[in-house]
Amino acid sequence: MTAATNDPVDVLIIGGGASGAAVAWSLADTRMRILCLEQGDWVKTTDFPSTGRDWEARQFGDFSVSPNRRGLPEDYPINEDDSPIKVANFNGVGGGTILYAGHFPRLHPSDFRVRSLDGVAEDWPINYETLEPYYAVNDQITGVAALEGDPSYPPKPAVMPPLPLGETGALLGGAMNKLGWHWWPSDAAINTQTYEDRAACINLGHCLSGCAQGAKATTDGTYWPKAIRARVELRTRCRVRRIETDDDRMATGAYYVDADGVERFQPAAIVILACNGIGTPRLLLNSASEQFPDGLANTSGIVGKNLMFHPYGQVRGYFDQQLDGYRGPRIGAWSMEFYETDASRGFVRGYCYQFTRGLGPVVNAVSGMADGLIPWGEGHHAAFRRLFKGSAGMVSICEDLPEEINRVTLDPTLKDSDGIPAPKITYRLGENSQKMLDHSLARGIEILKTAGAHDITVKAPMPSAGWHLLGTARMGHDPKRSVVNDWGRSHDVRNLFVVDGSVFVTAGGVNPTSTIQAIALYVADQIKSRIHNLFD
Amino acid sequence: MTKSNTAPFDDAQRETLRAIAAAMIPVSEESQLPGADDPVIFDDILASTGRDTKALADALTMLHSTVSGDLSALRSAGPGTVLERFRSENGATAAIFELAISQCYYRDDRVMRAIGMEPRAPYPKGYAIEQGDWSLLDPVRARGKIYRDAGEGKTA
Repeated sequence: MTAATNDPVDVLIIGGGASGAAVAWSLADTRMRILCLEQGDWVKTTDFPSTGRDWEARQFGDFSVSPNRRGLPEDYPINEDDSPIKVANFNGVGGGTILYAGHFPRLHPSDFRVRSLDGVAEDWPINYETLEPYYAVNDQITGVAALEGDPSYPPKPAVMPPLPLGETGALLGGAMNKLGWHWWPSDAAINTQTYEDRAACINLGHCLSGCAQGAKATTDGTYWPKAIRARVELRTRCRVRRIETDDDRMATGAYYVDADGVERFQPAAIVILACNGIGTPRLLLNSASEQFPDGLANTSGIVGKNLMFHPYGQVRGYFDQQLDGYRGPRIGAWSMEFYETDASRGFVRGYCYQFTRGLGPVVNAVSGMADGLIPWGEGHHAAFRRLFKGSAGMVSICEDLPEEINRVTLDPTLKDSDGIPAPKITYRLGENSQKMLDHSLARGIEILKTAGAHDITVKAPMPSAGWHLLGTARMGHDPKRSVVNDWGRSHDVRNLFVVDGSVFVTAGGVNPTSTIQAIALYVADQIKSRIHNLFD
Repeated sequence: MTKSNTAPFDDAQRETLRAIAAAMIPVSEESQLPGADDPVIFDDILASTGRDTKALADALTMLHSTVSGDLSALRSAGPGTVLERFRSENGATAAIFELAISQCYYRDDRVMRAIGMEPRAPYPKGYAIEQGDWSLLDPVRARGKIYRDAGEGKTA
């Protein structure tokens, strides 16, 4: 392969999202030469949809969560025909944090011990106590709004006061109290007060299309400014084609296509993958060579396998009273009532609820028509008004167990704009996941009825909610059953690390970003503490 | 040049879309609301079809052909109509029409005022949310710990 060769770096990080930013920041104090290649670009807050009158329309266009729908130059296509759940991501500095809701729960202690406690899947090689200090650091860098004392977690500090309950939180919280079920203000990566030069939330209500206020913690505004001040280089619009290795089975660097379309080789002593649970196996599989014919770091044969999504269930109802509507963050409170295993439910493991506020007018109209609640023609206006003022509900985030049949492979024909083979997703809902989803819908309906809702609708699995991309290069002690070891280093390639959601052994039943970042910080600390014998 | 002059639809497609817009969201004299075929709103619709332009154009041609150009057959969406049958047989395409029309209708100044919204973007003014009564959490606190201990100490 002929390509221009750059000056070598000590550390090459691929991907500038949630985990890439965290690992870059942590490693910066080593004074090593660190470079991050990110296929997308910086996004300006002034470009976010909530700055314009087309704020709702753009979430179906250039700010869609679906890369296939966006189809922007920095996006790569994904063949997801064989999956009921479609991938949601964002390619740019900040990665998925740009479009996430900012719901920021940690995994629970039991999540790391599913085999020991529940007899399914596998235990993680690390546990909650291992990650606890990194969760704390991450909370500080991120600026997490929370209320201390949640009885569903070990004690953890709050960085700033929680998001307001609003009328929605009070209504649904009251219903949970009637049922005797747990609920609590969500840990949120959203400023409730000015924090480290980032302004407080002003309830724009459009967090999922980027926060124009900058109140939502996205790594382009949290970790990256600190890392760049510490002399980490972040090179945007650079898409990595493959990782190269030498005869000693060590990574030598990566080939990438730069912003001008020029193919380059970036030599590096250490390569760290931070491309998410789809992008990382895609790159490893695209890096197959004579030495690694089945894909880089894949002597186990499980790179790309055990894809976990978190199937989402949605339960939404309508109320006669005025609620928060389109105002305020999409999140506010959670429930962990059904998180821990209870054998009487007919499934193992569990789920959390993420309570949600109302909808903007466009989404209210579109979803109302899709659900048959708002007609075409006569009656449209009356039905719209009836639903618009008091809408609320929840999503259930269900733990997906790892199954090898659920996987990422390379599509034989589909390629991105640089001609790099695109990923193909094969995924089906497992029986345990389906039972869990069903349970979450039934309990969700019960909650909304208790709160006084009418016109309750359900949807499961939510097709567009493939946010959480986990498990496709998992960590473990056994090289035959895992891709990286218990501190993120490839079993096969001793200077190759993975720090994104690929390394999850199991999924838990909560949004994974805080855990992904805690793992990235933990792996960075392991690299630093082992630097003198890192490749042994 | 008006927006509609730049729209990527031919005359037949445009008039078919206008009929569907009027049938989907009609004028409301009672609420003093325009229909989605209002000239200002319809211009916005034509200029905003974006990623769905081709799918819409194909569907419009098909519908125009179905009614043999007699657009009066598309002016109602009630039971037994062409549009009612189209929606039941082509749900995904109907959803594209719903998005294309709603995303422009519900950002029109007159409509936003009528549904109780200020006609503006969310940023920079934002909105207010009530803090809420935190004593609602007292029963949750009183119940105590609900997470499972997992044993073991720190690893690695």
